[in-house]
Amino acid sequence: MQKGKLTGLRATEKQYVGFATLPNQVHRKSVKKGFDFTLMVAGESGMGKSTLVNSLFLTDLYKDRKLLNAEERINQTVEIIKHTVDIEEKGVKLKLTIVDTPGFGDAVNNNECWKPITDYIDQQFEQYFRDESGLNRKNIQDNRVHCCLYFIPPFGHGLRPVDVEFMKALHEKVNIIPLIAKADCLTPNEIKKLKDRIREEIDKFGIKVYQFPECDSDEDEEFKQLDKELKECTPFAVIGSNTVVEARGQRVRGRLYPWGIVEGKFTNKFLCSVENQSHCDFVKLRNMLIRSHMHDLKDVTCDVHYENYRAQCIQEMTSKLAQDNRMESPIPILPLSTPDVDTEKLIKMKDEELKRMQEMLNKMQQQMHDKEQ
Amino acid sequence: CGDQMSFIRGTDLFGYVGIEAVLDQMRRKTMKSGFEFNIMVVGQSGLGKSTLVNTLFKSKVSRKSCTPNYEEKICKTVKLHSVSHMIEEKGVKMKLTVIDTPGFGDQINNENCWEPIVKYINEQYEKYLREELHVNRKRRIPDSRVHCCIYFLPATGHRLRPIDVEFMKRLGKIVSIVPVIAKADTLTIEERQEFKERIRQDLASNGICIYPQKEYDEDQEEHALNEKIRESIPFAVVGTDKEHQVNGNKVLGRKTKWGIIEVENVAHCEFSHLRDLLVRSHLQDLKEVTHNIHYETYRVRRLNESNVDFSNGTADQSESQL
Repeated sequence: MQKGKLTGLRATEKQYVGFATLPNQVHRKSVKKGFDFTLMVAGESGMGKSTLVNSLFLTDLYKDRKLLNAEERINQTVEIIKHTVDIEEKGVKLKLTIVDTPGFGDAVNNNECWKPITDYIDQQFEQYFRDESGLNRKNIQDNRVHCCLYFIPPFGHGLRPVDVEFMKALHEKVNIIPLIAKADCLTPNEIKKLKDRIREEIDKFGIKVYQFPECDSDEDEEFKQLDKELKECTPFAVIGSNTVVEARGQRVRGRLYPWGIVEGKFTNKFLCSVENQSHCDFVKLRNMLIRSHMHDLKDVTCDVHYENYRAQCIQEMTSKLAQDNRMESPIPILPLSTPDVDTEKLIKMKDEELKRMQEMLNKMQQQMHDKEQ
Repeated sequence: CGDQMSFIRGTDLFGYVGIEAVLDQMRRKTMKSGFEFNIMVVGQSGLGKSTLVNTLFKSKVSRKSCTPNYEEKICKTVKLHSVSHMIEEKGVKMKLTVIDTPGFGDQINNENCWEPIVKYINEQYEKYLREELHVNRKRRIPDSRVHCCIYFLPATGHRLRPIDVEFMKRLGKIVSIVPVIAKADTLTIEERQEFKERIRQDLASNGICIYPQKEYDEDQEEHALNEKIRESIPFAVVGTDKEHQVNGNKVLGRKTKWGIIEVENVAHCEFSHLRDLLVRSHLQDLKEVTHNIHYETYRVRRLNESNVDFSNGTADQSESQL
């Protein structure tokens, strides 16, 4: 036997337990499971919603779409149409659902045209609530809307009444990201003015759009700088394009216009490039949506919007149940509910008051009885 | 509403969207919020439970009963005792809770000594369930559920004892059990192999379900990995916090007159395998099995008990097996 031969000894791992691999263990399971994301787009026809979606996810979802003419659109109500795409990149699977809302704002009378949309969002919450409360929770599908891109036309001077009403109807149900659509018809100055105006009006009307979370103090400076730029840039002014153009040896997504100045010379072609950050905020939007904030959008949907819906739902149900004993609870509510601390205190106070009054009464009765004697 | 489905593979995309960045977002979030892990140790006094846990996590997370200041006598009943520690490694923070069960199997009459343990485990499920059903829920429900129960078998070399069978039969249904052969330095390699073989036979013939459970293997890859683990369970372990010099290196080991048993040497004992299983490869899986299977089983049973009628149309036939 070879004396002193050590097999399998890991001398270098003396102080290393090994649970630092935890994020990797979680990572591996997520890659296997894949992710899902539901994005809603809302705004009038012709704002470039479909084009933007195609540009964001580099696909052509609306290949075979037929555009309706004006007559056909007169009696159109707001529809909800879902497109589902499975995207895979570097082994990571994303099931992307785009919820389109054709017809929104297109009619002559647009009163409450957002109702089909709020109803849709509520329906998804309700479905999730039922699934979550049910017995078999193994494969719950999450169809809740994680984000709503709202397209504001660039032609006006800020928010129109329909914009304000729409956003107010939805801001407590979904993460709203307002966008200035078709920004290629505005000069940089006009864009800045419009953004400032819109931001003011959002504040003025108390609209709660999606807020980017605060940066951690321990993040690096570059990240913090990017984060600051992002926040100062909202609402994003976007341009979308379905065409890829060959320019200076590169393939670029963009729009070719017959006017413009490129590098100081007049030309008869101007390439407005979607991916050029000085032309529009498309890149910022894409990076924010997909590369840095997708997870947070989902978290806010789950932790805030959905929880609000659920709490409201439960409270409505319990008050209905209290009024009508015959009703059965459609979701599990544990029969033993402990009253909260405040209610208990109140009950105790009232009890003591009653006791005191009873004692006083007894005393008075005794006095009266004595007097009669 | 109308549905249109289209399936686009990565090769159809013309460009790079960047969806893998979601993984980074997730990782950043989990690193910030940290992890929780709750491990229970069950076995008679003196089997080295505390020493093993300390060796596993390389810190004094559990107080040994053999230290001079330890005054407690053998308790009359099994009293569960849980201690939590925050440990950190390479920026990953973990709240580790060790639940000790002193008194288990120490009495003359040990009938029903598993009951306080079953009660404790179910109480944690109940706590979680109530939080989940609350109207105003916390963003992160604190998780005190037992993710793993290490059951210590004395190295008798024979078979499972009646108390081992009784305990594991009952608890295998509600928690993930990882049995280990404690103080395995009294067994030779051959004795160890035979002992393990007999234990595995006893486990199978009694229908005892231990971790990793065959039914929960999700795919081929996982099945292959877990089969290898199932073939070497229970791990024969030795624990210590003392270091010795071996060939110029400092190693954790037990020094005897006939040699030094190196705890982390796989030729000597299987401690490393246990650590790799529990901490380095299957920690997340242990938590998921607890959450997705054991907890769900408890929840379904509880909801059925409270006689609430609800049908969401997705309940499947397997519930009738409860």
